[in-house]
Amino acid sequence: MTPNPDLSYVRILPELVLSVWGIIVMVIEPLLPARGSHKSLGVFSFIGTLVAMAASFYQANYPGWGWFNMIRVDEFSVFFHVLICAISAIVILASFEYLDTQQIRGGEYYALILFGTVGMVLMSSAVELVLIFIALEISSISTYILAGFRRRAATSAESSIKYFLLGSFATAFFLYGVALMFGATGSTSIYTISNALQSGQVTVSGSPAAVSYGLAYVAVALMFVGIGFKVASAPFHIWTPDVYEGAPAPVVALMSTGPKAAAFAVLLRILFGAALDTGKSWFWLVWISAALSMTLGNLGALLQNNVKRMLAYSSIAHAGYLLVAFAARGDIGIAAAIFYTASYAAMNVGAFAVVSHFSRSGERYVNMEDYSGLGKRSPVLAATLSIFLLSLLGLPATGGFFAKFYVFNAAIKSDLIWLTVIGLINSAIASYYYLRVIVVMYMYEPQEGEQKLQLHAAPGLTAALVITAVITIWLGVKPGNVLDYANRGALRLLPSVQQSSKLSR
Amino acid sequence: MNDLIQGSNSLILTLITFVPVAGALVIALMPRKDGAIKWTALITSLLTFALSLHLPSHWTSGARGFQFAVDAQWISSPNIHYHLGVDGISVWLVILTTFLTPFCVLVSWKSVHGALKEFFVLMLILETAMTGVFVSLDLFLFYVFWEATLIPMALMIGMYGHERRIYAAVKFFLYTMVASVFMLAAIIWFYVQTGSFDYVTIQNAIQSGSIAGFNRAAEFLFFGFFIAFAVKVPLFPFHTWLPDAHVEAPTAGSVLLAGVLLKMGTYGLLRFNATLFPAQAHEHALWINILALIGIVYGALVALVQPNMKKLVAYSSVSHLGFCVLGIFTFTQMGVDGAVYQMLNHGISTGALFMLLGMLYERRHTYEIKEYGGLATPMPVYATLFLMITLSSVGLPLLNGFVGEFLILSGAFSAWKWYGIIGTTGVIWSAGYLLWLYQRTFYGEIKQPVNALLRDADGRERISLIPMVAMALIMGVASPLWIRMIDPSVQQSLRPTSVNAASATKTSTQVVAMSKSAK
Repeated sequence: MTPNPDLSYVRILPELVLSVWGIIVMVIEPLLPARGSHKSLGVFSFIGTLVAMAASFYQANYPGWGWFNMIRVDEFSVFFHVLICAISAIVILASFEYLDTQQIRGGEYYALILFGTVGMVLMSSAVELVLIFIALEISSISTYILAGFRRRAATSAESSIKYFLLGSFATAFFLYGVALMFGATGSTSIYTISNALQSGQVTVSGSPAAVSYGLAYVAVALMFVGIGFKVASAPFHIWTPDVYEGAPAPVVALMSTGPKAAAFAVLLRILFGAALDTGKSWFWLVWISAALSMTLGNLGALLQNNVKRMLAYSSIAHAGYLLVAFAARGDIGIAAAIFYTASYAAMNVGAFAVVSHFSRSGERYVNMEDYSGLGKRSPVLAATLSIFLLSLLGLPATGGFFAKFYVFNAAIKSDLIWLTVIGLINSAIASYYYLRVIVVMYMYEPQEGEQKLQLHAAPGLTAALVITAVITIWLGVKPGNVLDYANRGALRLLPSVQQSSKLSR
Repeated sequence: MNDLIQGSNSLILTLITFVPVAGALVIALMPRKDGAIKWTALITSLLTFALSLHLPSHWTSGARGFQFAVDAQWISSPNIHYHLGVDGISVWLVILTTFLTPFCVLVSWKSVHGALKEFFVLMLILETAMTGVFVSLDLFLFYVFWEATLIPMALMIGMYGHERRIYAAVKFFLYTMVASVFMLAAIIWFYVQTGSFDYVTIQNAIQSGSIAGFNRAAEFLFFGFFIAFAVKVPLFPFHTWLPDAHVEAPTAGSVLLAGVLLKMGTYGLLRFNATLFPAQAHEHALWINILALIGIVYGALVALVQPNMKKLVAYSSVSHLGFCVLGIFTFTQMGVDGAVYQMLNHGISTGALFMLLGMLYERRHTYEIKEYGGLATPMPVYATLFLMITLSSVGLPLLNGFVGEFLILSGAFSAWKWYGIIGTTGVIWSAGYLLWLYQRTFYGEIKQPVNALLRDADGRERISLIPMVAMALIMGVASPLWIRMIDPSVQQSLRPTSVNAASATKTSTQVVAMSKSAK
């Protein structure tokens, strides 16, 4: 537990790598010729994310605490580090051609993705609420800017402003929750809070005092509001469709997976790591939010004609499925949630990569009817998008199926029969709108005049699609390895889970 | 030598299941040369059929349980096994699948418009999925194959069908998808309670009463499975997707839909509802049989008034599948034997009827009965083959339909005379609508001059029809060949409690051990 300075640096190695890489991108961007510099910067940033991923694997050999117990490296944080770095890497790959067609300058774009990744990665390894808040802000501010990157489009500006205003509001809630938690327990360190909540005793300026549970409940609820906004769970989801519609498609791919994965990691740490004893109170909070997110997300998606908006509502619904795992018993629920995050990231990044490639300059082609006949015009694009949609729908032999399976399995084991029923009915509803895209792609004739529109197989995008499609199917055929790792992460998160029977309902 | 047979016996089901998908992969990688693609598809499906003949020729008669079994771990957590095996019931459904697929390739030889390559890829993937449903003994694997049949079939209807194809494809997909969600819930429940997806393990655990809370949940589980299968059969009132799907589907799609996909429903009712939940099945038999009887009579009456041939045959399927459900839920040896036999008959005769209608459609591009009349003069061979298949579907003695219907109705009479009495009217109705269809299409004056010029069945069409007619005849006169294998398995399904005590206790201890390790 003694902070070893050398190892402390190892424990933030991925963050360091990403920051340095981001700074280098910013510095060398003006030195490169304006035209044609996107590609080289993109490749450079892509390598940065890979190095960060390698750093995370390296880091896994040195589990423990760092920086005055504000950072903790364990299987849980390494899992999310690797996941988030992979998401960023694939988003960067998918952006190569997109930036050209949309005429977006590459330097700031890639640097912001890298800085945002720093924040997300830090969120998953921070175990101190103020540091979590700072990490949350780092990741949020980058994504606020990225959302507005299509400067010429009014919708993009709208998206950015909306995201920024509502997002700042939500993080304020989170910060307020942190303050109240400090008031209740006298600490902002998750493990000190956990001990305090379990023992009911705190030491305030040398003298013992009782924990104020009422205050702690309110604190957890407020933090849940803040995180609920980040993961777009109902009833904090209103911003999602508008923001996703306006933001550049690759950014949406990032936004809808990376910060979400990080925010779920934080939520897992707070709900299961810190607030063990308030389990009874937040159970209904999570239950209601899960049921609402699934239902509102799926019903909303049914009505959409814009594919980006449809996927936005679908991501709300998926946040709901994920929250079902939170409502389940800790030992099985956490692993299910971790697996779900990974599998959701693979299929959603893939789906948005297709959307971003297909939308063309100015994002003209994002409506359902634009996809008609895609099966004939571009079989590869259509086939990969079908895989992602079928996985989102939860068809067997895809990652999405096992993700749902583990979640509902955990829910049934925890006797959450009604939540399972709501979830299963929702998955049935969802099949309609995912299927609709596939139907349009394969069963309708291409529209007039678009028959000639050639869709070139771009190398960056193709690589991104192949990687995500392979991961999606691999998770559906051989989920064992990832699940094992998720299980170990879950145990790390809760050293006390076996003893604590209060959590299991 | 024995080793070789042993080895091939454990491999054979895997081969039968996955050879088609391997063929699909080859086709997917081939250049778009129509001839080569068609021949590859035909050879693949014929090879699969040849492989499937291994099963009856190496059958161990009198052996209990499942044969040609293979059981390997697929995923360790959750505990999913690659467990395949067939008994006397499923073996024939596997062969029905492999038998029909080459004919589907043949009838699609010239009739597919649009992407030929994708069509055959879909068809072969569908064959793998259908075979997989019948050979899976792991509930999870079963569910995977069950869902995997949906997409190729929906795409086949949606991409290659007629005018309202998209509506029909979406309706088909949604009906079956929504219904099977309930089955998934029931399957997960079993897994949570027993720590296993294995059919045999779960069956033994139920019989030995070692599943906690089973009695309380059995009702819900029964309905979870029942809804999924009833929609697939389709049992009245869940049948509304079927006429749409049939009318819009391309010929090969209709043949596989009627021939095999519907049988997945009746197979499931027999394998899961009747065998795993005997108490609940007996308790609910009355109203299920009433629904089956309504299906028989209602399907027949609606078929009678259809102006569209394909819709007529589609409604006749509702009626015929009603017989299968009735046979299963009489729980008599004869009734269930007959139900299984009728599944095969229906696959042959309705499959052949759809093939025949498809050939007519290729010539005249309409299914309207009033467009035809007097076709027996220009198309004598076609008319003869059509008549044989019609009579087989009607249930004329010496043809296959008679055997199945006779067994089912004998079973129905011994269960409750009213089942038999109302069920028998279905036979009369079916004679009515099918013979009337035949009369309006083939006899009388040629009203439309274009009909006088229609080609008779050509060589390829005869090759694809004559084996079907021959099968109808063979299955009509040599039914013991089939019944001999079906009978013992049906007996086991009906009296599952007679599993010998030693194996039951052994497996129940396994279950306890497994559920412990799962926790």
